[in-house]
Amino acid sequence: MATEPTVKPTDPLTATPATLDPAQVDPAAPPATGPWKLAWRRLRRNKVALAFGVLFVLLILSALAAPLWAEHVANTTPDRNRLADQIIVDGKPRDIVSVRGIPMGPTWRGEYFLGADENGRDVMVRLLYGARNSVFIGLTAALITTVLAVLLGLLAGYFRGWIDALISRGLDVLWAFPVLLLGIALGVSLATEGLSIGPITVAGNSLWIPTLIIGFVGIVYLARPVRGQVLGLREKEFIEVARAQGMSDWRIMTRELLPNLFSTILVFFPLIMANAILLEAALSFLGAGVQAPSPSWGTMIDTGLDRLRGAPHLTIAPGVMLIMTVLSLNIFGEGVRDALDPRAKVRLEH
Amino acid sequence: MARFIVRRLIGMAIVMLVVSFLTFLIFFKIPGGDPADRLAGKYATPGQVAAVEREWGFDKPFWIQYGNMMEKTFTGDLISYTRQDKVVERIIDGAPRTFSLAIGAALIWLVLGVALGLFSALRAGALSDRFLTVLALIGISMPVFWLGALANYYLGYKAGLFPDGGYVPISEGGLWEWFKHMILPWSVLATLFVGVYSRVLRNQVLDTINDDYVRTARAKGISERRVMGRHVLRNSMIPIVTLWGLDFGYVLGGGAILTETVFDLQGVGDYFAESIGALDVPPVMAVVLFGAFFIVLLNGIVDIVYAALDPRIRLS
Repeated sequence: MATEPTVKPTDPLTATPATLDPAQVDPAAPPATGPWKLAWRRLRRNKVALAFGVLFVLLILSALAAPLWAEHVANTTPDRNRLADQIIVDGKPRDIVSVRGIPMGPTWRGEYFLGADENGRDVMVRLLYGARNSVFIGLTAALITTVLAVLLGLLAGYFRGWIDALISRGLDVLWAFPVLLLGIALGVSLATEGLSIGPITVAGNSLWIPTLIIGFVGIVYLARPVRGQVLGLREKEFIEVARAQGMSDWRIMTRELLPNLFSTILVFFPLIMANAILLEAALSFLGAGVQAPSPSWGTMIDTGLDRLRGAPHLTIAPGVMLIMTVLSLNIFGEGVRDALDPRAKVRLEH
Repeated sequence: MARFIVRRLIGMAIVMLVVSFLTFLIFFKIPGGDPADRLAGKYATPGQVAAVEREWGFDKPFWIQYGNMMEKTFTGDLISYTRQDKVVERIIDGAPRTFSLAIGAALIWLVLGVALGLFSALRAGALSDRFLTVLALIGISMPVFWLGALANYYLGYKAGLFPDGGYVPISEGGLWEWFKHMILPWSVLATLFVGVYSRVLRNQVLDTINDDYVRTARAKGISERRVMGRHVLRNSMIPIVTLWGLDFGYVLGGGAILTETVFDLQGVGDYFAESIGALDVPPVMAVVLFGAFFIVLLNGIVDIVYAALDPRIRLS
């Protein structure tokens, strides 16, 4: 697979679109191919990245279909406990949770497809509902990160001077913060108290608390590259022209600079989301994220670990889901990066 | 150069001050229960609670409380709300454990990352290169607590190949015991980083391999081995060393907390997890400052080393 073309300076892939453009050689040739179209072509050639992109879409669809599976296939809800019941598997009755407290393993049938948990709940159903929480938090947190980071990066890079100084020093402080510790501390204390700032009140078990924490913590990784890029762009002729035309600062930022940042944003977004999902799992694992009884892969792993002996499926199933989701985002993100800018170097912290 | 270092040191001190202030502000605003209530005990009368409030200074204004806490942190007199023991002593107890984990893991991921990255670059496009790329991405996508818990259970508890969790100081069990207990935590923590390093190095080597000075070196008739070692690898290592400094700071600054809890190493991260569960503000404050200190320190060192290597940075 070629998630990363081995680029050499002479490689046609790395040459600027202008030199690839046949129109420059021959005026009668077909019209020029835009950079977006070229990127799409490169992405389409990258079968592995596409395959993992499709896998990610399937994971999202299955999360969306969680109620369908729960209602029509598994005949249960994510929170329904069945401690003392039995079900019939292959004509034989089986305890959902044994007398010694060991939950049933996978049946590979509709009901209890991936087995039961310590309360006799259906693991598959909880995994699918957990996927909703993980994907919701990951996507929303990544959106929060992106919007705030791009805004800060634009303001700092465009206005420079004291605004830049203020934002950059703020980012320095955020960079110096032990983010994982901050996230855990905030998560735990907010989960017990809830949050109320003026008229806004957020309950302690709300999904918004981990979402906001994760979204905020990621800003620094994107704001710095955006600022750097804006600092370079603002010296270009087209910005000078826009200024000479009397465009307002806001208009220059949104209409002229922002479109030029899209490829950077597109490259970072899947990676930010992958990290957000991992961070959510870590916070939930430590009791600082999604709160019980809401299912989340992190909390499922946490409770599963006490029962590794006898019921390893409780730990392995959510872990595999988590890895598949994050891996598909990472590989697809790599593909997007290679397609948009084969020579870019992108890296995110864990 | 001296001016650059002084400027950088002042900047670091200011950042630390702001971090400490913000941390205190966060926990002043989000107390999670009144600490005086908890200190006075379950069946305390309002009078007793008020006495505790006076004694611990909870009735003082915000600034005074912040000042007191910072002063106590530096004199080592900071007392935990729940266990009422000295916070700084607990951190000093935990630090060797956290350092053992961080230093060992960082060495493993650096050496392995460079070796695999170089191997990948030399075989760019070949099957082994692609295989390593996939492995690297899987490593990056691993939840460390999951990997650690499974490794601890299956390799440690079940197979008995390693001790299942815990930390043995060298002074108590000797070097071998200490080493044996650290192998799994080191490997698990390093898994997260090896992939990143090998890929950064691989791309860097592929970038420099076609540079003019490499061609010149080859044209001079230097052996291929020397060209790779002296010219390509040495230059490709610059971003790796930078990354290594930053990641090492990140791991010391709380990035290893999940590995510590899963393997029950009882380090600084474990202390933090235990304290936050009880909403015990002084240890939480102190560990955040401990973490921020190492992040800021390592960032500063990386900047200074960079400036020493590249005069252009000093002047900007």
